[in-house]
Amino acid sequence: MGAIIKRELYSYFCSPVAYVVMAIFFFFSGLFFTIICLSNDSSNLTYVFTNMFLVTILLTPILCMKLWSDEKRLKTDQALLTSPVSILGIVLGKLFAACILYLVCMAIYLVFGFVLSFFVTPNWAVILCNFFGLFILGSTMISIDLFLSSLTESQMIAAITGFAVGLSVYLIDNVAKAVPVQIISTALQKISFMTHYQNFTVGLLSFADVVFFLSVITLFVFLTVRVIEKKRWS
Amino acid sequence: MIEVKNITKCYGDKVAVDNVSFTAPSGEILGFLGPNGAGKSTTMNIITGYLSSSSGTVTIDGCEILEDPKQAKSKIGYLPEIPPLYMDMTVQKYLEFMFDLKKVKMDKEEHIEEVCRLVKISTVTHRLIKNLSKGYKQRVGLAQALLGNPPVLILDEPTVGLDPKQIIEIRNLVKSLGKKHTVILSSHILSEVQAICDRVVIISNGKVVADETTEGLSQKLGKSNRLIVEAEGNKTKIIDTISCIPDVKSVKTEKELGDNVFEFSVDIEEDVDIRRKLFYAMAAEDLPILTMRSDNISLEEAFLRLTNDTQYSNKRRQQ
Repeated sequence: MGAIIKRELYSYFCSPVAYVVMAIFFFFSGLFFTIICLSNDSSNLTYVFTNMFLVTILLTPILCMKLWSDEKRLKTDQALLTSPVSILGIVLGKLFAACILYLVCMAIYLVFGFVLSFFVTPNWAVILCNFFGLFILGSTMISIDLFLSSLTESQMIAAITGFAVGLSVYLIDNVAKAVPVQIISTALQKISFMTHYQNFTVGLLSFADVVFFLSVITLFVFLTVRVIEKKRWS
Repeated sequence: MIEVKNITKCYGDKVAVDNVSFTAPSGEILGFLGPNGAGKSTTMNIITGYLSSSSGTVTIDGCEILEDPKQAKSKIGYLPEIPPLYMDMTVQKYLEFMFDLKKVKMDKEEHIEEVCRLVKISTVTHRLIKNLSKGYKQRVGLAQALLGNPPVLILDEPTVGLDPKQIIEIRNLVKSLGKKHTVILSSHILSEVQAICDRVVIISNGKVVADETTEGLSQKLGKSNRLIVEAEGNKTKIIDTISCIPDVKSVKTEKELGDNVFEFSVDIEEDVDIRRKLFYAMAAEDLPILTMRSDNISLEEAFLRLTNDTQYSNKRRQQ
């Protein structure tokens, strides 16, 4: 697994992918931080993190699109799958590599906290809770996009389906409100990422939310392993 | 060392590999031969655990590939048909990655250096793989398979796309590797298998059609008991003359080459030489022999016949 993480990070940082993703992430974080905090004299990062929801959803497909599709297209998966590493190990290696890059992007928030500390004493507990919330949201999206990437040989299709799923996740709240049937509406609200994520942004570290996101990650890691295994049997 | 037992692989209705069994004892170079699409790569992918067979078992050094995949896979070095190379890495980085991936417990730098020397890529270790020529890519693929000195090497068409000099080098390398490793090598070039391998398994349409030592195969398939004779004169007279010679089983006119010139094929008993008798008999009848040669089928032809026969019989069976 360690070898896979190393190789994926190497590939991210040897290509423009890591830098483009980091630049976009930094740009929008900075934009929201400037508009919401600096120009309003506010030390409240909650809205900055709320807005980052959409950016995260749109950036993670870029991070994950090539993780499996390229391996399949270039037949390099033959090296991985014939090596003495379990499929779960390979999938987790790729997941962690993308999560690490995402974490590097998020390091900018520590800088924001540091900037705020010049003016007020920042509420580090809330910032760290936000930080953790955004990280676990990103990891969840990465696990979904990793799964989508394992379904196709084309990076493009992996990315586009990733955007589609991301936008669906984003819009699920509105859909829930529009559905007239009470049960479906409630069910949709329960699986809404936004509902669970918003608790983090106000500094609420709830066990239920953490378990929710971890379950989604586990589910999609499991599905990815099954997809890779299925290929051997088909 | 490697035991393949009754493996079958179906893709939907299509049977790609049909009940294939063979064994390769330790220290043997086994050639795996067949026309394109015969099921060579599929069989190799099953042996290495990349694909799973629909039925049957593969045992590597006592480890079943499906029951104990980690143990079995750690004993195999595999060079697939398309070398699994990451184009964005340098040769050195790539080999380091494969070294870690295979969990090799040796001195990393020293071992990689040794393998690079062996396949002669020491001069390109700091170049990006995407900038290498096909021959070098193939060697990097081979280097990757050699990492960790696995007891079993599976090489899928290792000399495809190389220039003649490189082909000879790689062949010699594989030959020398065969002393320490068990090697399974696939190819569709018969002479290559003949030059390198101790034993040959010929596969056609997913079935094993021959499993012989290289010498045995040449003897069995290369032997001829037919003469081709070109002679001038009256057709029936020639046939009568030849038929009268002892040990001749039958005479057949193959074609008319010109005015009163015919080509005959003469089937004779095994292990006899009738050329002298034939000459004197024809000379006595005043029938000049223009050409006489034994109809040696080359190994290539034999191979084609062997593989075509099964295709033909398969078609007939389907009908």
